[in-house]
This record gives sequence, C-alpha cells and structure tokens, in this order.
Amino acid sequence: MKNKKTLGAALLLSSVVFSGASMAGGASAEALSVTCAGCHGYNGASTGPATPSLAGMSETYISDSMKAYKSEERPSTIMSRIAKGYDDDDFAKMGTFFAAQKMHMADQSAGNKSKDGKKLHKKNCEKCHSEIGTEASDDSGQLAGQWVPYLKYSLEDALDGSRDMGKKMMKKLKKVHKKGGEESIQALLDYYASQK
Amino acid sequence: MSKFSRRDFIKAGAAVGATSFAAGFTPFAIGGATKKVVVVGGGVGGATAAKYIKMADSSIDVTIIEANKDYHTCFFSNEVLSGERELDSLKVGYSGLKKHGINIVHAWVSNIDPKGQVVKTSDGQSFPYDRCVVSPGVDFKWDTVEGFDATIAEAKPHAWLAGEQTITLKKQLHSMKQGGTFIIAPPPNPFRCPPGPGERITQVANYFKVHNPTAKIIAFDPKKGFSKGPWFQNAWERFHGFDSANPTADGMISYHALDGVVAFDAGSNTVTTASGNKVKGDVVNIIPAQKAGTVATASGLTNDKGWCPIDALTFESTMHKNIHIVGDSSVSSPMPKSGYAANSQAKVCAFAVVALLNGDKPGHPTYVNTCYSFISKHEAISVAMVYDYKDGKIVKVDGSGGLTSKEVDAKHLKMRAREAEYAHSWWSNIVDDSWG
Repeated sequence: MKNKKTLGAALLLSSVVFSGASMAGGASAEALSVTCAGCHGYNGASTGPATPSLAGMSETYISDSMKAYKSEERPSTIMSRIAKGYDDDDFAKMGTFFAAQKMHMADQSAGNKSKDGKKLHKKNCEKCHSEIGTEASDDSGQLAGQWVPYLKYSLEDALDGSRDMGKKMMKKLKKVHKKGGEESIQALLDYYASQK
Repeated sequence: MSKFSRRDFIKAGAAVGATSFAAGFTPFAIGGATKKVVVVGGGVGGATAAKYIKMADSSIDVTIIEANKDYHTCFFSNEVLSGERELDSLKVGYSGLKKHGINIVHAWVSNIDPKGQVVKTSDGQSFPYDRCVVSPGVDFKWDTVEGFDATIAEAKPHAWLAGEQTITLKKQLHSMKQGGTFIIAPPPNPFRCPPGPGERITQVANYFKVHNPTAKIIAFDPKKGFSKGPWFQNAWERFHGFDSANPTADGMISYHALDGVVAFDAGSNTVTTASGNKVKGDVVNIIPAQKAGTVATASGLTNDKGWCPIDALTFESTMHKNIHIVGDSSVSSPMPKSGYAANSQAKVCAFAVVALLNGDKPGHPTYVNTCYSFISKHEAISVAMVYDYKDGKIVKVDGSGGLTSKEVDAKHLKMRAREAEYAHSWWSNIVDDSWG
C-alpha cells in the first residue's frame, strides 16, 4: 500500500496544479460530477440495485478507476465508453468532488453467511481494505455498504482473469476461492451487504 | 431590483461581521426582493432544474408548475406493454421536491408573458419570475397522418407519453386475437426517445412469442432505420426468426423502411403508407410527428420547425430573454431527445440560472447522455455519449460514447446481463436524482 499512497499524493499534487491551470477553460468539478448522478445517484449515493455508489471514496481511487476504464485495462459494460470523453484533469476533478461526499451505505438484503464472511474478510482483506472497506485513505473501492451485484461482478472479473486487481489481492482472492469456492465469495458479499 | 448581488452581500456580511445576522438581516432584506424562478413542467428536465437550482442557492424562490399530481416516466414504459412492469411502478410524485423547499403548483400553464415576465395558468393564476425554465416535453403534429387526430388517439393510442394510453395499448395487445396483426408506425425525426420504436417492437414481440405466437408485427417507418436498429434487429433474428437481409419478409416481425403511414381509416383500422400499401391491423399504433410542448408554441418560443432554439451555454431561449428551455422541446442536437439528456441539460441550465441571478458568469458546460433498452428480461443494451461546449455549440467528444458491443457470445451476453441490472439502477437513480 505504501507505493500506492505515494502515487496518490503525487496525483493529488498534480491535480491541484492542473485544476489551477484549467480554471479558465474546462468544466468545474461539480459540473462534471453531476452528470454521473443519473446512474450513480445524487452526489454519488446510488439507490441501486447494482450501480455502485461513488460518494466518499478517495480522489485517487475515483480518478485511477476512470483512467483504467478509459484504457480498457479494467473491463466494463458502459464505463469505458464514457471515460473516453474525459482527460486526466477531468478525472481528478471528479475524484475531488466524490471524495468530498459522505459515503453511502446501501440498504440491501444480505444472505445468511455474513458471519463466515466476517472471518474471511478479517483474515484476507482487512489489511488493505480497513474499516471493512470504508476507509477512503486506503485508496481502494468501498466494500461494506457498496451494492453487492457490482462487488460480485468485480470479483468475477478478477477470478476469470479479465481484471487485474494487483498481485497481493489476486493471491488472497484465489486462495479464498480455491479453499471455499463460490460459497466463500458469497459469504464475503453477505458480510459487506449486512453492514448498514 | 438592487444591483447588490448575493455574492456582494456575503462579502459585505463577512466584513461587517456576524452581528448583522444576529440583528435579523437576511440577504433578501439587504439585497432587495427574493429572486424568483418559475419552472414550467414537472418531467425530468423541469424537476431536475428546480432541484439543482434550489440546492445550489437556497435563497432563490423556486416554484414548479405541473398539471399532473403524479408523473409516469416515459422511460421503461414500453415494458408495460409486454407486462414486464406495471404502469404504477413508473409513478413519480412531487413530495421529494417539496421537501427541498420548492413550491409545487398543480395547474395547466396556458402561456408565458416574456415581456411582463409572468407565467399564467388556465385557472387564472399568475407567477412572476426573474428567470423561467420551461421543460414541456413534446406535443404532436396532428395534421401529418390523414384521418388520425387527438380524439382518435384516445381509442387508438400513440402511447408515446406514458400514462392512460399506455394501459389502453397494453390491453389491446394483450386481448388481440390469436394470429392477429399489430401495426406500428414510428414517427419521422426528430422525436422523443429515438430507440423507442425498436424497443416497443422488441417488447411486444417478446410478449407475443409467449402469448400469441402466430401474431404479426408490421412496422411502417418513414425513416431508413432507427436508433440501436441493428442491435434490436439482431435480437429479432435470435428470438423471432427475423431476417435482417430481407426485413419485409413475412414473419413475426416485418420492418418496412422509408414507407411511413400517411393515412389511417379508423373505422376499418387500415393504414395507407407512402408507397400506397394498404394494410388492415387488429391493433394499430401510430406515433405522430412531434414538436415542442404546447406552452412553448403558445409563448412564442418555437422556430418554424416547431422546436425551441437555445443558447447551449445557458439553455436560454434565443427568442425571449430570461426564459430557458431544457429537454425534448429544446434544439440541443447532437444530444438526443432522451430523459438522461434532459436531466443533464437541466443541470447545466440550473447552474447557469443561479450564476446569472447572482451576477456571475455561467461556467463551462459539460453534458452526458446514457440510455438503456431491454432486449429481454435479463438482457439490456446501452448507448452513451459525452458532450462538450465549443464555439457556442454542443459537440460530441471525439472517441467517447457509442453502443454496447454487437457480439452475442457467452462473454458478451454476461455483460448484457449486467447491463440489465444497471438499467434498473439507471431508472432508480435518475428518478431519485430528478425528483428525490
């Protein structure tokens, strides 16, 4: 995580420079970010049932995600088509906007495996996804309270090799999946869904 | 009106200190009368504009005037026809906007007086405004299909504005005799919801396949094609034996391009097309050519083609000052006449209205469209586009947007299944963003 955080700090610095330089021209952080609301909810708090909330995640996470969609490094249905309409400066602005919003906890039903999921999370995930994946400064995506279909798709993509989530996570995820199969994945999702 | 803007007041307030607030001064008391915005039309465009203006500057007095107490979203109403959804599931009210402190008035706006800056309703009320936002959706050009008018449309519905007519058309389709013929006549460009006709054919075909497998759908389209056309046609090939190479061939769906309906005999339920085809239908669905909503025409906001020209920076009418038009009625090409486009335009307009009322310059606009269509219950496709503002115009951002992949192998069908889930999220979120 250390490298990631340094990168985050570097990005934050550069975005400050960029947004200063582009004030005269491009759209504001707010103007850019409100265009996302039709799918991702007012101020990035998604009403679900599948599209993820964006509110409260870090600027780095949002802007890195948009870059990965734009380059198609990260698989998506619609996001790469949308990300191609913007540049890095726009992504930094969107990141600033959503990072300033309060994280939204989805009101969704959870299966009955959340106790098992809690154990799995503590053992395998919490180190990088602290506070059950709600700590923005980890620069990773929201887990607890995020819409479960989206989390499920993300893990599916990681497991079938279409999305690289980084060596560390891939190793842990594959281990969990190998040992407990789909049930373990479901247990993790139940745990995240049970957090309100 | 005083030239002392809200921003100046804030500066002055900061200089004087908190005591002036304690003494009971308000920005209105010092800055003159409260700024008034009247929003005409409570659809996506109007609701979004009202909400975003109020959220950006709560000192502005915002009133929204809408004839209906409940609104049904036009988007996803084709699914009512197939029985996938009930019309009630598309119902939206105005309590969310009321909670934000927006005044809700249910009345029919007869016209806007641009010189007097007053909105007038048919029940005799007057609403003065500093700026007015108009989002009246579409109205129909009733003189374009001989023998078809607003009265006939009550029994032979166009069902292009979600509501009673949607239910009527659904009932007719669901009670159509086995092996009967459904004729659909899409409108000429431009019109609300470009993928709508393809969506409607797809939904009705899905219903017929289960409940009336020998039924026929014949489409007479004045255009050479329609939005998402090849994607819908691919679905018809996969599920309904359609042949894209020979689209007019006899089958569950036959599609006649460049041969729109020009006349209708309601007595015999027979349509006549531009090429002289005369075909009798058991259910006939004529979707007439469209123009800006009636209030736009009544208030002198439309051009000779029946639509409202605007300044894309602010959505202010180029015909009358202090009146802004968003959504289907506005000339916002290359943006389509879609719900998402109306929502996006309304936000650009809202920020501009707030800036202008506070004596500021409007910021640089940015706009998005995103639109989902269901192919089947668990399969959806989407189209998206990002737009920028250049040289006074709305322009597509090069390289952005486009459609879901045409591929339908297992990998891509998995993504389309996700799009179906995202489509439901789209409905929920755009409704909450606009009216919530």
